[in-house]
Amino acid sequence: MLRLEVRPQPSRAWGLASPVLALLITVVIGVILFAVLDKDPVRGLQVFFWEPIKSTYALSELMVKATPLLIIALGLAVCFRSNVWNIGAEGQFVIGAICAAGVALMADKTTGPWIIPAVLLAGVAGGMLWAGIVALLRDRFNANEILVSLMLVYVAIQVLNFLVYGPWKDPMGYNFPQTKTFESVTQMPRLMQGSRVNIGLLLALAGVAAVWIFLFRTYAGYGQLVGGLAPAAARYAGFSSRKALWVALLTSGGAAGLAGALEVAGPIGQLTPYVPAGYGFAAIIVAFVGRLHPVGIVFSAILMSMFYIGGELAQSRMGLPKSITGVFQGLLLFALLACDTLIAYRLVWKK
Amino acid sequence: MTIPRLQLTGITKRYPGVVANNGVSLTVAPGEIHAVLGENGAGKSTLMKIIYGSVKPDEGAVMFNGQPVHVRNPQEARVLGISMVFQHFSLFDTLTVAENVWLGLDKSLTLPEVSASITAKAAEYGLDIDPSRPVHTLSVGEMQRVEIIRALLTNPQLLILDEPTSVLIPQAVEKLFVVLKKLASEGCSILYISHKLHEIRELCNGCTVLRGGQVTGVCDPRQESNASLSRLMIGAEPPALNVRAVNAGAEVLRVSGLSLSSSDPFGTHLSDIALSVRAGEVVGIAGVSGNGQSELLYCLSGEDTRAPAGSIRVGGTDASRFGPGRRRALGLHFVPEERLGRGAVPTLSLAHNLLLSRRDTLGAGGWIRVKALKQQAADIIRQYNVKANGPDAAAKSLSGGNLQKFIVGREIEAKPKLLIVSQPTWGVDVGAAAQIRGEMLALRDAGCAVLVVSEELDELFEICDRLHVIAKGRLSPSLDRADASIERIGEWMSGLWDDAMQSNQKETAHAAA
Amino acid sequence: MESYALLLAASLNAGTVLALASLGLLINEKAGIVNLGAEGMMLCAALAGFATVVHTGSTLAGFAAGMAAGALLAGIFGGLVIWLNTNQYATGLALSLFGAGFSAFAGSRYVQEKLPEQSQFAIPVLADIPLLGPALFRHHPMVYVCVGIVLGLIWFLYRTRAGLVLRSVGESPESAHALGYPVRRIRLMAVLAGGALCGLAGAYVSTVYTPLWVEGMIAGKGWIALALTTFATWRPARVLLGAYLFGGVTMLQFHLQGIGVNVPSQFLTMLPYVATIVVLVLISRNPTWIRINMPSSIGKPFYPGA
Repeated sequence: MLRLEVRPQPSRAWGLASPVLALLITVVIGVILFAVLDKDPVRGLQVFFWEPIKSTYALSELMVKATPLLIIALGLAVCFRSNVWNIGAEGQFVIGAICAAGVALMADKTTGPWIIPAVLLAGVAGGMLWAGIVALLRDRFNANEILVSLMLVYVAIQVLNFLVYGPWKDPMGYNFPQTKTFESVTQMPRLMQGSRVNIGLLLALAGVAAVWIFLFRTYAGYGQLVGGLAPAAARYAGFSSRKALWVALLTSGGAAGLAGALEVAGPIGQLTPYVPAGYGFAAIIVAFVGRLHPVGIVFSAILMSMFYIGGELAQSRMGLPKSITGVFQGLLLFALLACDTLIAYRLVWKK
Repeated sequence: MTIPRLQLTGITKRYPGVVANNGVSLTVAPGEIHAVLGENGAGKSTLMKIIYGSVKPDEGAVMFNGQPVHVRNPQEARVLGISMVFQHFSLFDTLTVAENVWLGLDKSLTLPEVSASITAKAAEYGLDIDPSRPVHTLSVGEMQRVEIIRALLTNPQLLILDEPTSVLIPQAVEKLFVVLKKLASEGCSILYISHKLHEIRELCNGCTVLRGGQVTGVCDPRQESNASLSRLMIGAEPPALNVRAVNAGAEVLRVSGLSLSSSDPFGTHLSDIALSVRAGEVVGIAGVSGNGQSELLYCLSGEDTRAPAGSIRVGGTDASRFGPGRRRALGLHFVPEERLGRGAVPTLSLAHNLLLSRRDTLGAGGWIRVKALKQQAADIIRQYNVKANGPDAAAKSLSGGNLQKFIVGREIEAKPKLLIVSQPTWGVDVGAAAQIRGEMLALRDAGCAVLVVSEELDELFEICDRLHVIAKGRLSPSLDRADASIERIGEWMSGLWDDAMQSNQKETAHAAA
Repeated sequence: MESYALLLAASLNAGTVLALASLGLLINEKAGIVNLGAEGMMLCAALAGFATVVHTGSTLAGFAAGMAAGALLAGIFGGLVIWLNTNQYATGLALSLFGAGFSAFAGSRYVQEKLPEQSQFAIPVLADIPLLGPALFRHHPMVYVCVGIVLGLIWFLYRTRAGLVLRSVGESPESAHALGYPVRRIRLMAVLAGGALCGLAGAYVSTVYTPLWVEGMIAGKGWIALALTTFATWRPARVLLGAYLFGGVTMLQFHLQGIGVNVPSQFLTMLPYVATIVVLVLISRNPTWIRINMPSSIGKPFYPGA
């Protein structure tokens, strides 16, 4: 029968191949799903994997969707590698969006372009603040960060609802729960004509480089890694586990907040109850599928946005509920976790 | 011709990369106390797991009382009458003694019945234990007693003991031997796994020697000498003890008044520890684990910074509240007991593991110069004879001995003023152990101060100039190696050094008068 | 006074949902496994239960379907975590995310469906006692079944040998394995049982508690149930009490609105989640207490061959 045997050294080849295999498995299950639902599987594959990349405009929309996923996932990669399980990036995203909106709403017709960095910094600060609560409670009271960060997601959504149904509601908005649209000066500058891609993409790519350098070429980043891989060794080396905790949470919170600011001052242009789009949770999958590596995350962010766009297209073109995206995302993560076993173990046939 | 209790023929077991047992044959008569002798990694544990049913052999036959048997799991072994006392206890901390024993027996008895039998059996063998105590409140010696009683209650025909004395002070070892001899006299066969020659010669009347997975000899240890057994075990004689001149210089480490309560509810509190280590000498701390060594080492290495101010001085500077980084800056380097997980990160490369304690290859702002790092690792690998696939090999791909050589090399190459080593040769093959001990002595001769904490008295006697004993969180006064003997150390391990000191003073006073 | 009786009744009802899920998670954790997929299991089970009642009209069948759904998902989780030794936290998270996505997707056609009318339950005689009657004796049978489950679990864990074996596996799977117990099979059974209970909780929500289907309707109760097991230091009776307390906090928002307290509704909706955080902080402050009560092997992978 098939048995699992430990490899003496983790397999680098499988480290790269595992996400690919996981994707393959997800696609196969997807095809079966389409068939069971009486939909054309070929059309399904086309909608998910071809439509999103077939034109420049399609690619630019892909980038627009991928940018927040990429930014949040970069922060989560640092966090998860430090063995801090921040599951509440969605909440940090929302609070970042709220703080950014707060600054953006202060703008009027006479405000200069300085407001853009201010909006972004407000977003980062908001995300850091929300994640800081998690860090504080774990640091001082040893409270489990998974549950605290998750509970704070629900709290953040209620804060958002309170603001858009209450004090920040646009008086000229026909009583819809939304703030007024932000002044155009606060809008994130677009990168080129005819597409919605904005400077967020540049920030994201800069983030990729920054996180790579931090994790793999600095002593501080090394400390975060060791803290996550072997806490006793980190203690032996003299790295402070408290400092590692705060760095992990503030980084991922700030990243999520930045993504929130970019979304709200970019494509959305105002604060609404629909700001929490699930990017914070999808980014968790992006981070894992990207092997918690900045370069890998670029690819997995693009893959995940293909799932998003594919899901929207599946709804409009094939009559499937948009939530099919969530099914594939979950399947991908499951498949990845299973395939990852092959990195540390090999399959052998034994009597 | 009596039917042997146990007969193994041609047992072979292969694991990836190593043949743990290669055509091993073994015979144990009823009522015989049979030793299985071999150094670490010789294949003893695997063989026992095969007998006990935890592991299936690839080839070979097992016969019990003349009948061929296939022991598929430990429960079947118990039904046959084979019982095992493990080296690493199979006990559940939060459950009581009775519950623990009950789990090791078959279902037929109720808990109160088990409690009663525990008390009865304990009385019969003079093993004092209270069935209602939770296991986490017991001392290590008492925990072993629970394991033994659990084995005895199955009325075994074959009892296997795996390195039982590694956690016992010498006097407790004597008590254990009394129990085992009584058991053997009642017809139970005993398999005694150990690498301690003098114990085997004292207790056993049969011996199979394993080396590298194969049987290198079968003998009666009562007829053998330490030298002949050693030759069978490692292919050579035990190294001779040589007395070296002590050439100690200035004091490098002074510990005084170190009292600290443990942060772990199951840990040991330190009480007024005092010691001194000078440049050019090796000071040892003897003691079975669980007496405060871990807590003391955490204080010395800087992993625990709660020591009272002024209690730890390195080269004159008060380092009691310094973290590991600042202590390394003072020249204090440390080789911990746990290689994987504390001394090295298992999945990182050897080169990256250097950064745990060496910052010399770092550039400005903490920039990691990868080429320099790999070169440094390659140098250590070469100089210290580490068998590894280069500086990029993952730490966990190395054998215990080779990883230990690398870690020791890493610390020695930091040119320390004070090197603290914990269990330097635990789980390390004999060749590597000899090399490591040689390096510690070379370091000493070069003028470094060395502090060694070890459970192996033989090792301490071989390399130390002075010895302390740690017992229940207290440290004995120092003893010159020339004045140390196994009996004395054994007494001190029970904490009885004050009487010894007093009688010492009386003798000195007498002689002076 | 009457309204307090109703508040108590509502609290017990709401608490039953949390208790059932939390007890399932407790069984898991006693064996050393943390299943963060509670939310996902409850969502899928809620859908399964709802859909079954829509098609068969039988609430009992709905409960069975929910339990089956929970156990099935838990089985996948168990296979990955116990045999492939995948990271328990990540796998549980994957289960939650998948469960949320799948239930939203498969449930889209049930959103407007309605369930047949439920009959009012009342224990004869007892239900007519003033105040106590409406508070305690007019509940759906599941509330009383839940209490029964708690008692059964206490008996199983602390009075039977099988329960002792389960606890020993959670305490030290290596030692249990060395003694010859089939650790992986025992853990799988714990995971399946836990999944079935979470499934029951989920089905109860969609068929009795709020008989409708909406995506995301569990709204974090699975996560609160996880916090509850820690809060209750892994003791079934404390889980029940804690669950009722939380149920009370959840119901408080309606009660406060009812008596005209002038707080924006969003802050009241926040209450259960904030309460969970507070409770987690209070319980985690003493690491020693946790160390003594928590099954030691929680979250750690187990390798029998080692």
